[in-house]
Amino acid sequence: MIRTAETYNDEIVRLFLLAAAVWGIVGMAIGVYVAAEMVWPGLDFGVPWLSFGRLRPNHTFGVIFAFGGSALMGTCYYVVQRTGHTRLALGGLANFTFWGWQLGCVLAMATMPFGMTQGKEYAEPEWFIDIAVAIVWVSFGIVFFATVARRRIRHIYVANWYYGAFIIAVALLHVVNNIALPVSLTKSYPVYAGSVDAMVQWWYGHNAVAFFLTAGFLGMMYYFVPRQAQQPLWSYRFSIVNFWALISIYMWAGPHHLLYTALPDWVQSVGMAFSLILLMPSWGSAANGLMTFNGSWHRLKDDPAAKFMVVSLVFYAAATLEGSMMAIKTVNALSHYTEWTVAHVHSGALGWVAMITIGSLYAMAPRALGQPAMHSRGAMELHFWLHVVGVLLYVCSMWIAGITQGLMWRATDADGSLTYPFIDSLIAIRGLYGVRWFSGLLILGGMVVMAWNLWHTAAAARAHLIKPIPVPIPEPESKQVPAPLPAGG
Amino acid sequence: MARGYKYFEAIEKHAGLLGILIVVMVSMGGLAEITPLFIQAHAVAPGPGVKPYDPLRLAGKDVYVREGCYLCHSQMIRALRAETQRYGAHSTVAESVYDRPFQWGSKRTGPDLARVGGKYSDAWQRLHLVDPRAVVPESNMPAYRWLESAKLDGSDVAKRMRALRALGDPYSDSDIAAAPKAVEGKTELDALVAYLQALGVSR
Repeated sequence: MIRTAETYNDEIVRLFLLAAAVWGIVGMAIGVYVAAEMVWPGLDFGVPWLSFGRLRPNHTFGVIFAFGGSALMGTCYYVVQRTGHTRLALGGLANFTFWGWQLGCVLAMATMPFGMTQGKEYAEPEWFIDIAVAIVWVSFGIVFFATVARRRIRHIYVANWYYGAFIIAVALLHVVNNIALPVSLTKSYPVYAGSVDAMVQWWYGHNAVAFFLTAGFLGMMYYFVPRQAQQPLWSYRFSIVNFWALISIYMWAGPHHLLYTALPDWVQSVGMAFSLILLMPSWGSAANGLMTFNGSWHRLKDDPAAKFMVVSLVFYAAATLEGSMMAIKTVNALSHYTEWTVAHVHSGALGWVAMITIGSLYAMAPRALGQPAMHSRGAMELHFWLHVVGVLLYVCSMWIAGITQGLMWRATDADGSLTYPFIDSLIAIRGLYGVRWFSGLLILGGMVVMAWNLWHTAAAARAHLIKPIPVPIPEPESKQVPAPLPAGG
Repeated sequence: MARGYKYFEAIEKHAGLLGILIVVMVSMGGLAEITPLFIQAHAVAPGPGVKPYDPLRLAGKDVYVREGCYLCHSQMIRALRAETQRYGAHSTVAESVYDRPFQWGSKRTGPDLARVGGKYSDAWQRLHLVDPRAVVPESNMPAYRWLESAKLDGSDVAKRMRALRALGDPYSDSDIAAAPKAVEGKTELDALVAYLQALGVSR
């Protein structure tokens, strides 16, 4: 039998690409629906599983873990092969991670609206789903590190550092936060109670942001931004410094979700201090990405994918500055519990995370689908503007709403009594909830345009006409460790 | 290349070393912040009058969690003047020692509920849960009509109490044995109202 040359495993990448497009629409559509419920509460029609409290976890889980997770795993498999000049290790296990992850997402989304929930934000799925997700995640780690181990480039490119930290830290966070005692298949109690549960939950919640929504997507950024800017990273060393600072400092910042609460004061202060320091590596990473475009800013005119990336980095810088400011106790006293937090989250999630993902998907999809470019550039442009206008409307409306709430809750009359009953603060922002719902429609519309565009770009893939891309086998360095693999190995 | 780079180069070329260092770096924050609380937790005595949830209220608390009430209501009065003025004395750690999961919340689409117990009548609470806009016309709270007809399962509540006892909540055998009788004929709405009416009253 003739041994064919080694090729990249892009089938798995295409599967995740498809999943990301589908979950993006599902997760955001649920978001639009629950946003509408906040304006028109009758929209649940008295159906329990359409009720806001049951559906909101489906929105957050759908966009973070189903959409974000699929995009992260797909790009991770793409990047680790390209940067190591090697085929993905353990193809069977990699397929298992795809189907396992999709099954986990479907199970979670199908059980939460029916009241099977742990009641911990961003960790709602019940114990049996948590176990399934943990198994898939460990498999994902094995595939990733096994691929790193069989790389032909001795140096591990920095994107893989971020993907690696993302895999390791998310495993740690997921397991520690979800330790629970099952009562039945559909109900469990966490082993932590009260303030300890609060601390563990926000250590998890904040670092889900840090490692799922930041480190993972920085991995994406560090590969696709230089690729799309068509020049090397502005400073490789700076990316390494930021890496160590980011992963170590982030883990301390969780208590800023619990300022002025019953959590011991010292933990609050430590959390606040580290949240301020965190601005440095955050801006460092954003600057490194933006500076990489120095000298190739004309790409913004020619390439909508680059446009998505640049704007995502600007949002990343803006959202992390905002986050550090909101972690200051006196600012937090006003912002906490208000829509300002929601504005901040979506500035990060829709501005940074979604836009770097969309940019990367537009950069990766044609290559993974055997096309010179996306099917329609006009559709990419349309998506860009729908998304940017949508995010700006969303964030501005919720900023105004949040600050309005914060000010009204603390307003006092000359005699010292509170000026407004609580309901007045809701009446005051009701119109802004309407604006937010509309902005969500724009963003969702953009995602539908992307799905249409991907569908047409995938025409050849759907007809099974794609030839696998051969791995370029580099010349081995002298005394290279690990020894380079023979082609086809 | 700067001096010392060759040591760093070892990390950049060895996946195992890189992985180990990542584990060390990401573990520090959690260890420093969570371990002391974990040790301290045993020293936090429940506040005076703070008892493990009786069967009906436990069922009510679980309905509260199931419906996702915590997504719009906090149970944490911060030590800020405007908060204590609006909601009552600030919340303490000793008040939430039996909350699994904790209910401090992260968002107030509706008001804080830490001390809502006794603020309204049972009848108001029932009506408000079933049809919020009948009592507060401008409210955007979902209506929870299905709670009215959902009967509690006594053996299930007892099972939950046994699980909580295994986690350290001080339920006696007789407490658990009495559970089915205590919730007999009660609905989820009864349970949720009982839970809400006890919030913060121990203080």
